[in-house]
Amino acid sequence: MSGSALLSLDRLAVTLPGGVPVIHDATLHVEPGEIVGIAGESGSGKSLTAAALLNLLPAGSRVTGGATFAGEDLLGLDRAGWRRIRGAGISMVFQDPTAALHPMLPIGRQLTEHMRRHLGLSRSDARARAVELLDQVRIPDPQRTLRSYPHQFSGGMRQRVAIAIALACRPKLLIADEPTTALDVTVQAGILALLSRLRDETGLSVLFITHDLGVLSALTSRTYVFYAGRVMETGPTGALLSTPRHPYTAALLGARPHGAAGVGSLRPIPGSPVVPGQAPPGCPFAPRCDFATADCTSAPPEPAPIGTDRLSACPVAPELEVTP
Amino acid sequence: MSEPTMTEPPTAVDLADRRVRKPLARRSWLRRLRGTSAGHPLWRQPLTVVSVTILVAWLLIAALAPLIAPYDPLAQHAATYLPPSGAHPFGTDELGRDILSRLVYGARLSIPLALVIVALALAVGGVLGLVAGYLGRFVDEALMRLTDLVFAFPQIILAMAVSAAFGPSTRNAVLALVIVSWPVYARVIRSAVLTVRGEDYLHAARLLGVGPIRALRRDVVPNSVGPAVVLATLELGNAVLMLAALSFLGLGPRPPAPEWGAMIALGSHDLSKWWVSVFPGLAILTVVLAFNILGDALRDRIDPRYAKGRET
Amino acid sequence: MTAPLLDIDELAVEYRSRARGAVRAVAGVSLSVAAGEIVGLVGESGCGKSSLARAAVGLTAPHAGTVRFDGRPVTPVRWAKRPAAEVGLQMVFQNPYASLNPRRRIGDQIADGLPAGLPREQVRGRVAELLDRVGMGADTAAKYPHQFSGGQRQRLAIARALAGEPSMIIADEPVTALDASSQAQVVNLLVRLVRELGMGMLFISHDLALVRQIADRTAVMYLGKVVEVAPTARLWSAPSHPYTRALIDAVPTIAARPELPAVLAGEVPDPANAPSGCRFRPRCPAAFESCVDEPALLPIGDRASVACWLTTNGATA
Repeated sequence: MSGSALLSLDRLAVTLPGGVPVIHDATLHVEPGEIVGIAGESGSGKSLTAAALLNLLPAGSRVTGGATFAGEDLLGLDRAGWRRIRGAGISMVFQDPTAALHPMLPIGRQLTEHMRRHLGLSRSDARARAVELLDQVRIPDPQRTLRSYPHQFSGGMRQRVAIAIALACRPKLLIADEPTTALDVTVQAGILALLSRLRDETGLSVLFITHDLGVLSALTSRTYVFYAGRVMETGPTGALLSTPRHPYTAALLGARPHGAAGVGSLRPIPGSPVVPGQAPPGCPFAPRCDFATADCTSAPPEPAPIGTDRLSACPVAPELEVTP
Repeated sequence: MSEPTMTEPPTAVDLADRRVRKPLARRSWLRRLRGTSAGHPLWRQPLTVVSVTILVAWLLIAALAPLIAPYDPLAQHAATYLPPSGAHPFGTDELGRDILSRLVYGARLSIPLALVIVALALAVGGVLGLVAGYLGRFVDEALMRLTDLVFAFPQIILAMAVSAAFGPSTRNAVLALVIVSWPVYARVIRSAVLTVRGEDYLHAARLLGVGPIRALRRDVVPNSVGPAVVLATLELGNAVLMLAALSFLGLGPRPPAPEWGAMIALGSHDLSKWWVSVFPGLAILTVVLAFNILGDALRDRIDPRYAKGRET
Repeated sequence: MTAPLLDIDELAVEYRSRARGAVRAVAGVSLSVAAGEIVGLVGESGCGKSSLARAAVGLTAPHAGTVRFDGRPVTPVRWAKRPAAEVGLQMVFQNPYASLNPRRRIGDQIADGLPAGLPREQVRGRVAELLDRVGMGADTAAKYPHQFSGGQRQRLAIARALAGEPSMIIADEPVTALDASSQAQVVNLLVRLVRELGMGMLFISHDLALVRQIADRTAVMYLGKVVEVAPTARLWSAPSHPYTRALIDAVPTIAARPELPAVLAGEVPDPANAPSGCRFRPRCPAAFESCVDEPALLPIGDRASVACWLTTNGATA
């Protein structure tokens, strides 16, 4: 799309070992210093897209299409190339910070060890940078934290430490896979503020994966809505959430608690999400869609532009009048 | 820059490598031999099939011993210490008895006795473990200290001591082995029960007015016996071995009973008469190995970590 | 108003932990739910809301205080069978993967709640009826839990709770483990059942927006205490306690001019060493001298109460 994009995926498709197709023709880009959201339910392929970007897919997966990061073709990388990209290029934080932290090693060692390896810093330089990082993610008393162990921290603090570790080698892109889903709202607010500040101060790009549309609204500038491994709709987050141009986006908005008190009910999406590998031949959302026509069941619709900066993979999108 | 360690970069590397490196137990050749345990039915796992075949064969041999054995296992037919020959494929022992015939009849002792030992130990340990886990508190504490007491001695030494105290006989050897082996089952069942006791499905049933005994029967027992049954299968091999050991030391079935362990003992004085010990040794080896492999396969089936893949 | 259906009075729950000594998870909570009413209980993890739920339903013995259901005290479930009069107080658990016995058929588990000695035909009919109520087919009865998705399992768990013909349901984070689309389905089902059957429900959740949507009244818990309770609309439009306000402000919303949710300073303290005085004091943007004494939960008008010196002192909130 844009020549200057930090990350760009061009019709990326992923098939898991066993021939289960999980991502179809995903086209996506992230600009330097931009926070981009990916929305979707479980099984939508949003986390697998992230896994593909770090070569974390199960062995035997097949990836086709294009993926470039900072001008480099990701799909052609060898082991050494991936090692360079991970850490200094793209890094990741997960929903469960405990999975990213070694329980038996002090935080300081986990932070400094790979800085010394990757950036070639001396022990004292690495230590200084570790303190700086912990301070940057607003951990009180960084000096003491270096000697502490993960279990001594609350979930929110652990996620901050995980972010500090992810930032250690100065990545250009941070992939955050539901990093606040397991956290309380007040703690989540802190993490969102942190990511936003890091973007402002260091020009970090963030690909933020979540199912919480409120979080997307607050944090991201553009959003991709995934369903059954396809991009259903994309555009500036504000416009996308206020005037959805895909029935699935509208349905997601309707299913979330939104209105005034005492309304008493939500509008659930009928049916259940597609099981990977069992998608219907046409639009994967057609069986659950109020607007589906006979055309929708023949072939999956291509994302088509709406206006200048939006795409929707729904043929009825232009006439779609949906109230979120 | 060589091998990535656990603390290496942004968690991603770590995760990636975990996926690339296969744990030893999941190496492909081993996997192919065992079948993928979780996904494949038992009959698609070659090792399991072989072990089941061996066990079935031994059971048939035991059942049909009079038809299979060429000679009377207790009678002297030939010269002593005849090496293997056409007339005596496994040779003869110090009293000129046919070793093949004794092995065949020995299956009637070792395998059923192992089953009895394990069944009794499982029953005793299972009930005590259930009681300890379900009642908790004082009962639990008392029973667990009792198991500690048994665990404090090496199993075989304790079994020797007990069976020596009772006097050497088949029944006393079995009793001794039950006494030394029940605590394992009690422990395993107890910890399984403790887990179930915290489960919400048990709470939900109790909230609906299900009484403690009915809940024990329907919710607790079915969800806690799995590991103990697996353990029991693994322990069958151990029981054969321990019984043989007691017999070897003269504490098991009395001579002239053709017990495999006692037969090995007879040959152990003079290793140049290798056939006297080697053939009963092989018999024990095949049975023990077969039980162990079967137990492993069962564990893979029942262990929820492997079972998960099946459900989705 | 008649006596509330569920009446929790000065309930305290303590755990003993080897490392931290006695931990007071619930430190004196009073809360009531009337028939036909949905009361939401919100709070962050570790505030004691689940401990409160378990003690209220009788799964753990309270350290102090009482819980009355339909006028009679709830007895903790121990070695005796639960008294029939208390079976009308049921619970829906958070994790539908753990709240159904994996080795029993769905129908048998639902039948646990039916009167003993019912003829088989009637049991089958009643189970089918309950399954139908939660939108599942009668053939479900013969299946096992692993054959169902999380959302479906939660429906089955609800059907099982209904077998006890409850007049009161305590739902402890019933949709937290579910996907967005199943969340809405299960919440709607619960609310519909509560309304149709005239039950009362204590709905516990960390999701404020969700509670706002369905609860008639909402209670906010912080560190083992209820700090504010009010009709839901009033609580949202005019929160009296600074913690309630902080919680509401932290919920990210979809807005035309998006802004980051407000950040509350500090961390939830360890309940084993709760601060003296008002427990929220160390994090409270409005704390002042009075806060060194613990404020009581005092009524402030129409079914609302708050435990904050700002309000109860007469100062402006």
